[in-house]
Amino acid sequence: MSLAAQLVIKRDGFTLDVDLTAEPGEVVALLGPNGAGKTTTLRALAGLLPLDGGRITLDGVRLDGLAPEQRRIGVVFQDYLLFPHLSALDNVAFGPRCRRVPRAEARRRAQEWLTRVGLTEHVRKKPRQLSGGQAQRVALARALASEPRMLLLDEPLAALDARTRLETRAQLRGHLAAFPGATVLVTHDPLDALMLADRLVIIEDGRVVQTGDAATITAQPRTDYVARLVGLNLYRGHADGTTVTLPDGFTLVTGAEQQGEVFVAFPPSAVALYPTRPDGSPRNTWPATVTTVSRQGDSLRIDLGGPLPAAADVTPAAAVHLGLEPGREIWASVKATEVRAYEA
Amino acid sequence: MCLILGVPLAWVLARLEFPGRRFVRALVTVPLVLPPVVGGVALLLVFGRRGLVGEWLDQTFGLSLPFTTTGVVVAEAFVAMPFLVIAVEGALRGADVRFEEAAATLGASRWTTFRRVTLPLIAPGVAAGAVLCWARALGEFGATITFAGNFPGRTQTMPLAVYLALEQDVDAAIVLSLILLVVSVGILAALRDKWVAA
Repeated sequence: MSLAAQLVIKRDGFTLDVDLTAEPGEVVALLGPNGAGKTTTLRALAGLLPLDGGRITLDGVRLDGLAPEQRRIGVVFQDYLLFPHLSALDNVAFGPRCRRVPRAEARRRAQEWLTRVGLTEHVRKKPRQLSGGQAQRVALARALASEPRMLLLDEPLAALDARTRLETRAQLRGHLAAFPGATVLVTHDPLDALMLADRLVIIEDGRVVQTGDAATITAQPRTDYVARLVGLNLYRGHADGTTVTLPDGFTLVTGAEQQGEVFVAFPPSAVALYPTRPDGSPRNTWPATVTTVSRQGDSLRIDLGGPLPAAADVTPAAAVHLGLEPGREIWASVKATEVRAYEA
Repeated sequence: MCLILGVPLAWVLARLEFPGRRFVRALVTVPLVLPPVVGGVALLLVFGRRGLVGEWLDQTFGLSLPFTTTGVVVAEAFVAMPFLVIAVEGALRGADVRFEEAAATLGASRWTTFRRVTLPLIAPGVAAGAVLCWARALGEFGATITFAGNFPGRTQTMPLAVYLALEQDVDAAIVLSLILLVVSVGILAALRDKWVAA
């Protein structure tokens, strides 16, 4: 049940133009900043938003002319939207009932799905009596019980607290693996995307800017947004051998040879800071000014201004030793072997 | 009768965008501000034996509404329905459309969605509207006496009986008035407990 979709939606000043494919059993994550068009994409696939252009085919069948109730696409909404007047069991049985399954059989199937998501003892509860994690699982069971040909999830874990999130993410991963159809998942959390998806589609400003598996995207980001997401410093420039010239004339020396337009990336942890101009092996050295200092896990993230804006990670002890505070003039350096260049 | 006519009307007003919706809404709510006697005259003009619709009804079905029990129902529905329509429309606007979208993705048709999702969600609003509507109909006077007259046993409602009794038997008028007062206060008290406080 493979999906091939080309979605064009125009809405006051915003244009969404996204090509999307998904193979049976594949989990595709749409990742992007707020307002990039992720949820709009999902709503268009589900039929809740009309297309202004393009087409949606699932298994060779055109879907874009069909009403949502005829598409057989299961949706788990961001805040689940469980029907407040129905019990968990009747919420899950709602889908089968709409497909003319007799009441007793629909209830039996619902019971089975709730057992599968581990909610056997909560079937009689109303949605408001369920915890966030439980409600999420009921929503998933409800979407799956109507035997959809494709599954869509909108920020499935965003409404959960940190601990429930970890647990629910692992369970969700199992359920998605067991689902035979294609799955499209929307998230703004890179961790969710990396853990749950086989392939990532990065959307920015209504367009797909990068697609690939987790390894490719984390190693070779192609936009500032992705670079920030995976924690890399990213530049674009022109390579000639191991020298890359950036648009403003600054040159970086890389570990391996490249030719032509390239992206250059290095992790903040590879940046070393010195109070005076260092000499020795680092091939890339430049003067910089500290602009901001913030906490990042166990270390401090230092944002540097100057000829090469970059982020650097240092230990709190080093920061104290160097007297790092906004406005401080220092020297930064990166070893050539830490700097990777790849085709733009 | 108000329920059957009023709930779909409210749905149309709340959910569909169509040209002239403002005008229809104004038309629906006009009996609220219109003196009921004027409403009665309007009904007579439309449904009377020589009225726009009345003449046609009379000729095709031999039906005549004015001065009959059915006429009472029509007059009271005309005056009281705005209460229901406004209450239900408000409830519909307050209800989250996304529940209806969720139902659609599960394969529910529009009718199934309305019956199994929307209606239960707005049930309190519908019930409150129905009670208010009924209470207003109970106290209706002007439109009824104009359109349906005041025939004991056929078109005489309690307020009409009170009016008549006031001229003949003041004690009976007071008793009837007290009954109406108690019923009205009872309804409003029950409404407050059940819906306003909740």
